[in-house]
Amino acid sequence: MSRTLRPLLNPVLRHRMLWPVVILAALLLLNLFFTNGFFKVEMKDGHLYGSLIDIVRFGAPLILVSLGMTLVIATCGIDLSVGSIVAISGALACLWISELGDQNSIGGVLTAVALGLGLSVALGAWNGFLVAGIGIQPIIATLILMVAGRGVAQLITDGQIITVNSSPYKLIGGGYWLTLPFGIIIVIAVLALTAFLTRRLALGLLIESVGGNAEASRLAGIRSRGVLMMVYAFCGLCAGIAGLMISSNVSSADGNNAGLWIELDAILAVVIGGTSLAGGRFSLGGTVLGALIIQTLTTTIYSIGVPPETTLLFKALVVTIVCLLQSPAFREKAFRRRRRPAAAASASAEEEAGEERVGVSA
Amino acid sequence: MTAPAPILRMTGIGKQFPGVKALDGVDFRLLPGEVHALMGENGAGKSTLIKVLTGVYDIDAGEIELAGRKVAFAGPQAAQRAGISTVYQEVNLCTNLSVAENIFIGREPRRLGRIQWRRMRQRAAELLARLEIDIDVSAPLSSYSLAIQQMVAIARALDIEARVLILDEPTSSLDAGEVAQLFRVMRRLKEQGIAILFVSHFLDQIYEISDRMTILRNGRLVGEHLTSELSQIELVGKMIGRELADLERLGAKPAAESSESSAGKPVPLLEARELGRTGAIEPFTLTIHEGEVVGLAGLLGSGRTEIARLLFGADHAGTGSLRIGGEQVSLRTPRAAVSRKIAFCSENRRAEGLIPDLTVRENIILALQAARGWTRPIPRRRQDELVDKYIKALSIRPPDPDQLVKNLSGGNQQKVLLARWLILEPRLLILDEPTRGIDVGAKAEIQRLVAELSDGGMAVLFISAELEEVLRLSHRVGVLRDRRLVAQLENGDDLTTDTLTETIASGARS
Amino acid sequence: MLRRIRALKSISALVLAGAVAFTMAGCGSSDGSAGSSGSGGSGGSSDGKIVMGFSQVGAESGWRTANTKSVQESAQEAGIELKFSDAQQKQENQIKAIRSYIQQKVDVIAFSPVVESGWDTVLKEAKNANIPVILTDRAVDSQDTSLYKTFLGSDFVEEGRKAGQWLVEEYKDSTDPVNIVQLEGTTGSAPANDRKAGFQEVISADSKFKIIASQTGDFTRAKGKEVMEAFLKSNPDIDVLYAHNDDMGLGAIEAIEGAGKVPGKDIKIITVDAVRDGMQALADGKINYIVECSPLLGPQLMDLAKKVVNGEQVPTRVVTEETTFTQEQAKEALPNRKY
Repeated sequence: MSRTLRPLLNPVLRHRMLWPVVILAALLLLNLFFTNGFFKVEMKDGHLYGSLIDIVRFGAPLILVSLGMTLVIATCGIDLSVGSIVAISGALACLWISELGDQNSIGGVLTAVALGLGLSVALGAWNGFLVAGIGIQPIIATLILMVAGRGVAQLITDGQIITVNSSPYKLIGGGYWLTLPFGIIIVIAVLALTAFLTRRLALGLLIESVGGNAEASRLAGIRSRGVLMMVYAFCGLCAGIAGLMISSNVSSADGNNAGLWIELDAILAVVIGGTSLAGGRFSLGGTVLGALIIQTLTTTIYSIGVPPETTLLFKALVVTIVCLLQSPAFREKAFRRRRRPAAAASASAEEEAGEERVGVSA
Repeated sequence: MTAPAPILRMTGIGKQFPGVKALDGVDFRLLPGEVHALMGENGAGKSTLIKVLTGVYDIDAGEIELAGRKVAFAGPQAAQRAGISTVYQEVNLCTNLSVAENIFIGREPRRLGRIQWRRMRQRAAELLARLEIDIDVSAPLSSYSLAIQQMVAIARALDIEARVLILDEPTSSLDAGEVAQLFRVMRRLKEQGIAILFVSHFLDQIYEISDRMTILRNGRLVGEHLTSELSQIELVGKMIGRELADLERLGAKPAAESSESSAGKPVPLLEARELGRTGAIEPFTLTIHEGEVVGLAGLLGSGRTEIARLLFGADHAGTGSLRIGGEQVSLRTPRAAVSRKIAFCSENRRAEGLIPDLTVRENIILALQAARGWTRPIPRRRQDELVDKYIKALSIRPPDPDQLVKNLSGGNQQKVLLARWLILEPRLLILDEPTRGIDVGAKAEIQRLVAELSDGGMAVLFISAELEEVLRLSHRVGVLRDRRLVAQLENGDDLTTDTLTETIASGARS
Repeated sequence: MLRRIRALKSISALVLAGAVAFTMAGCGSSDGSAGSSGSGGSGGSSDGKIVMGFSQVGAESGWRTANTKSVQESAQEAGIELKFSDAQQKQENQIKAIRSYIQQKVDVIAFSPVVESGWDTVLKEAKNANIPVILTDRAVDSQDTSLYKTFLGSDFVEEGRKAGQWLVEEYKDSTDPVNIVQLEGTTGSAPANDRKAGFQEVISADSKFKIIASQTGDFTRAKGKEVMEAFLKSNPDIDVLYAHNDDMGLGAIEAIEGAGKVPGKDIKIITVDAVRDGMQALADGKINYIVECSPLLGPQLMDLAKKVVNGEQVPTRVVTEETTFTQEQAKEALPNRKY
């Protein structure tokens, strides 16, 4: 990087999305070298087919959950119960469909979807009530439903896996529309809705304000209780949609395993995307990138054949690197140490670039 | 005065922030055994210079020498180890920890890895005794007043073997007695050869304690002078870079004609009858008319802020009734007050006012947006109009609506907070210590603004610890003592700071 | 302010306690007669009826629920009084339950250990109280085998072998290489390790069998599908899928269909478990072979319990009676499949 390029590149280098994009690109690049035909996208049975499509398709539930989580985290909260809501919503919808006379009846499936989503919103609102109405710390308030919710899901499924055979329901998580996986279309719709509510309308400003300084927001006349209720309910809704998607994808509801630990992946996606756990500023685009990074990592592990015994270690390594690169404090330290003594030396920039490459592929 | 070699020398310091040149070629030196005042308006670069010196920021240009050796501190700890200790403007302590823990946090006396609690408490008590403070050091810091907390912060800085002590606005929340106490300590430290860098907006204090001063304006050095050789008027002129006519014009009291007009108003804007809240403020009765400025005077903790909070609905009133525009109301939330066109600038702008991570624009439109509800966003063009108008009107610096508020200086933050409420066009504006911790120029601007607003028909409840300021602006002054509104005095020629002080001291109802 | 925070803390503690109670109720009711343990005094065989204390792992899967049901029903049929408790996947709950059985002086204790280690103390207590112990489904790693009478459960290695044997038989006439992908169970779990080892042992005899990819699918349908999708993309020629349970196999079937291939024909599928959904797929021709891993060990358990209480000798290792299913056998067995 020459001296004349620096000022031009600075806005790019300072952009908070830079590192997530670099990491995602690095992961994809890894696949380019190790996996044959990873970037091949073909038409099969009238829809798109390929690894890249898989990443988005399997990542769709995580993206949805992470979007809801982003708003919750922006209010300086956290929602641990999303995994349980995923299980409950899928379980309830599948239970309803399994008891339909005609599982392919569109009306019946729509009712099932409405029931699942309705209950999810209600559970989210319950979280919101505990946090905003009673004033319990978010991590404790949502822990209640995280633990109890699994029990509720098991209660609905009676501890069994409910299998359904309904083509309209199958569409949600496993179907295609206009050659695209339907899940992707849902994600785009929810993302657009979220962006509209927060950035077009003023919900985002109020969320960031409540998360940045709750007392100051109250004194500015913001109804923070209402904002919090809405955010938690929305998070419940997102988890509910994800739950339908996951159960629809395998045409069955598994109260024990559906959405297990998805809350942790979602929190990770939000953090990788550059939203601080301390609340305030949030980035929807960053969260989508974060979720895609996590899913790409998972798919990469499957396709390059990392042995199962070492997958967790491999994941941990990559996530550590990602988090370090996302931390301004670390970057400051890592890059400043080299910049200071070598301020005059023109080799410093190249050195930096070299280290990055080593860091990511480690 | 034959100057000894400076302990600290900064040459050609430059520091750039995105969109702001905070420091530009500034030279500064500090001699051992002197109290050196760093002067300048808000945004002149005082805080940045201090942060550069203590390693919080890197410098873009220039160099720093400590005791003749070139240094570059990686952070505040490194600066502290080298003997540069700092007490910041806003107290940066952990209020949930005990006093002793606060003093020794991060360097607790240990033996075999275990903290020696008894020794720690003992030494904390000794240190505070040096500042002539006798308190229970094992009690949590939050149980003491801001003033005591400030002293604890100083004690913490003193414990480290300091060669340079930086006091950034240490006196802004101290009363006269406490200031005198602090100055005694400062003089003792001076005799021990410690160099003290002192920042304060109280000119009287500067002239009482400092030996020399360095003046900054807009990130540049204006000059270095012996305090004894520069008059106050000259100093202020150098700081704001213009003549003082504006300031002096404000000196005239607004009282006489306005008090007549307020008496003529049939329905008062606000009427509080026996309004009170247990443990906060005894029941009080207060009326405020349109276009009237009512000042509240009293010591720290006398109940001034509590009155403001009740009138704004920030706290619930336990007793009494409140009428606004003749209508009986019960303010259960700030939102209810806002919808009745009441606005409140809290004294604690960091905790209760601004959202530091949001931009100037977002902070300014926040209250208006909250009042409209999230479904009715303010169109971008309207936002730009409003924000630009108030950035200009209040001369907020830097005039960049997309700058994060946390990057602004204290006075400019205060103006942003004011702008937030002014765009709501309130009928009653409650200002709690709006001029605390901000410089002469900004102070004058805010005072002038208050006068203009009240001329335009807005009612203002003005709370300040500075009696001169209260007298200068108010038509009527309420005096508080021990959580009671003890007197309401019409501001006439016979009302002086002395009579106010007397009333505060005696608590007599007149 | 401080007081308010304290009040909030106590409220949140209350709510949390309520939630925990609620969860226990939730899990409990999912397996019928949880908490049906009689009053403390009724222990012992005063009326000649054998009393058994049974501590179940939890209700973490359909397999486990069927297992619980089998134990409860066969106890009733055998005239054995059952004291049942659900450990909710926690060893301390299980130890507590066993101690309470010892105190109630039951005639025999049976349990499925949550984990392998850490049982010596409580088993010694049972031994000192002269109460025989039967392990079901899962083993413990105690050196002292006198601490329990017998271990009743499936032989996972044998299950792997059976799967391998079918494969060898199926391809005995072919000389072409056979490309196998494997969906493993939860990494580190005994069934996953053993089913992998048994399978490997049999197929390694012939070098034409090659496991070209192997990855964990955590025993779930969703993961099974996701991993299989990736396998299908990175390996164009897959002949056989071996899944460590039916659920992963069922997920994989969806992936195979999505890739435009025919499960059971283009890719042969072997799974383990034989739950109803798996059997249905087998009958439909989507799976080729299922090795049974039966949760219905109730009758065998009751039988062993009677023998142990009467002081008869029993072998220290009893393997659950299990079979295997081909597609034809599945069609016959399906109508009276219990789980």
